[in-house]
Amino acid sequence: MEFQLLIEQLLNGLQFGTMLFLMSAGLTLVFGVMGLINLAHGSFYMIGAFGAALLAEITGSFFIGLISSFIVAMFAGVITEILVIRKLYKKDHLDQVLATFALILIFSEGIRWIFGAYPLYLNIPSELNASVSLPLEIIYSKYRLLIIAIGILIAFFLYILTSKTLLGIRIKAGQNDREMISVLGVNIKTLYTIVFALGAALAGLSGALIGAIQSVEVGMGEPVLILAFVVIIIGGIGSIKGAFVGALLVGVTDTLGRFLLPELFKLFFDNADANLIGSSIASMSIYILMAIVLIFKPSGLFGERSA
Amino acid sequence: MMSEKKLNFLILLFLLLVPLFSMLLNDIYITTLFSKIIILAIAGIGLNLILGYGGMVSFGHAAFFGLGGYVTGILAFHFNNYEPIQILVFEFEGTNQLLFIWIFTLIFSSILALFIGYFSLRTTGVYFIMITLAFAQMLYYFSISWPTYGGEDGLSLSLRNQIPFLNTMDPITFFYICYVWLIITIILVKFILNSPLGISLKASKENEDRVRSVGINPKKVKLISFIISGAITGLAGSLYADLNRFVSPTILSWQMSGEIMILVILGGMFRLYGPILGAFFYIILEQFLGGITENWQFWLGFIILLEVLYAKAGIMSFLIKDKYDEKTSS
Repeated sequence: MEFQLLIEQLLNGLQFGTMLFLMSAGLTLVFGVMGLINLAHGSFYMIGAFGAALLAEITGSFFIGLISSFIVAMFAGVITEILVIRKLYKKDHLDQVLATFALILIFSEGIRWIFGAYPLYLNIPSELNASVSLPLEIIYSKYRLLIIAIGILIAFFLYILTSKTLLGIRIKAGQNDREMISVLGVNIKTLYTIVFALGAALAGLSGALIGAIQSVEVGMGEPVLILAFVVIIIGGIGSIKGAFVGALLVGVTDTLGRFLLPELFKLFFDNADANLIGSSIASMSIYILMAIVLIFKPSGLFGERSA
Repeated sequence: MMSEKKLNFLILLFLLLVPLFSMLLNDIYITTLFSKIIILAIAGIGLNLILGYGGMVSFGHAAFFGLGGYVTGILAFHFNNYEPIQILVFEFEGTNQLLFIWIFTLIFSSILALFIGYFSLRTTGVYFIMITLAFAQMLYYFSISWPTYGGEDGLSLSLRNQIPFLNTMDPITFFYICYVWLIITIILVKFILNSPLGISLKASKENEDRVRSVGINPKKVKLISFIISGAITGLAGSLYADLNRFVSPTILSWQMSGEIMILVILGGMFRLYGPILGAFFYIILEQFLGGITENWQFWLGFIILLEVLYAKAGIMSFLIKDKYDEKTSS
């Protein structure tokens, strides 16, 4: 029994991790290629979720909702990049933090203006809202398994994109020397817009996927954003591989920490105290993980140079 | 257009006279509002010491602000309960005496700043921004999940803490207590900036290697400045707890860190009085926009965005005419 529970928690951790990866991939690319700290990345997560909820409501199809979350967030990304983000690449980190903080205010309040203060709900279709039996008598939610599958698929796709295609080579080249690749005739402005929009679209998709489990509401993006930052710092900024490893590490640490730490402390304290101390420390566990990684590897697990 | 000195003097004079206005208008609200402005200004001056002068972008100053608040809240909580604070086998009494509370706040926030600074300063750039954020988030989540002091709901103080011979519940008295702390902070930071510590701090921001080559350890300079900065912000947090008679995890959140940072930049980094002006405009803007529209944050966002994109040097530089517009990037 304990064993099945442990596997279930592990799967939950994987599901959380793959979602974090979708969020972090864009963040780490945008930072690695353009050198931009984008706090407003969580807003695209929110926009995607709202877009999905709205279109699923209108069309009655969950899958149209999912696809539109990707597209809506991508368009929001393109517009934001052209109007604001473009002006920030040459500014220092402090300005970027402030300007994108301001964008959060604008997006959150704008969405509240349009949709009102109440959360929306995005319903999982009934054929996915079921459990499935896995080997070893493990029973697990179909929908969460789907999320894991989508996450791994996209990770694979991004790996191919960045390492095997012309676009990926250009992105990498832009990371190393942006002057040089624009001299070689690559339109750097368009490249940046594409990278930014791709990141926004992935964030939007993960917002919709998670929005179906939780609720779709204003401010849903910021807690995830902070976690995504933890992920890319642990993984090393600019590295897709780092984001993937970091995301799984954070997802599993957080989920298993909440499950195992109270049990662990029961060996030393009585039950009530153990639950209290265990859950308090578990809520901090990923930040402790990040601090430890940074103390021993100041530029993250896969980071090449200090930014 | 005027000189910076004159503007600084006018700012202080204006703040000094505020309670007079509010008494004439018979309005406690304004006094409380200005107490809040002054408290945030103190926190901003604390942050600006390392942000503007030291080039260290700390995105986790809410940790100190919140710790100051919680030290104050917890000491008062135990005083009101008559329950001693137990740490292992030791027992401490709570207190409601502000003089003690301030000393404890300064000690605890210095220790926290030593700890956070020691580890964070091993990194630079964006990693520094994020590790300071991570430490603040640890405290934030800890405060939410630890139920003894209210957890997510926070902790209420029935009365403000006290100073002998003064009635701190009187809004104007409390305003002047904050005001005195503002003056102390200004004098302290001004003194530091002109001392060898401050000069080597500014030099470390420009070029660490050169600082090292004259025999000064830039890490140590930065760490000491970080501790002082944390202590000042912690004290502001303590005052904030007493102003509201309430502490909750919100003052440890990353939005709080962002808010302190915004008001520093709004007012103008690199200038001692910048954060005061920044706090003033930030709070007034919030009140003003909040009065005319429900969606005031939308417009606040726009204003901050325009300010960052087009008016980097802050409000101070609109008002004074001296020509040295800073080297903007670090």
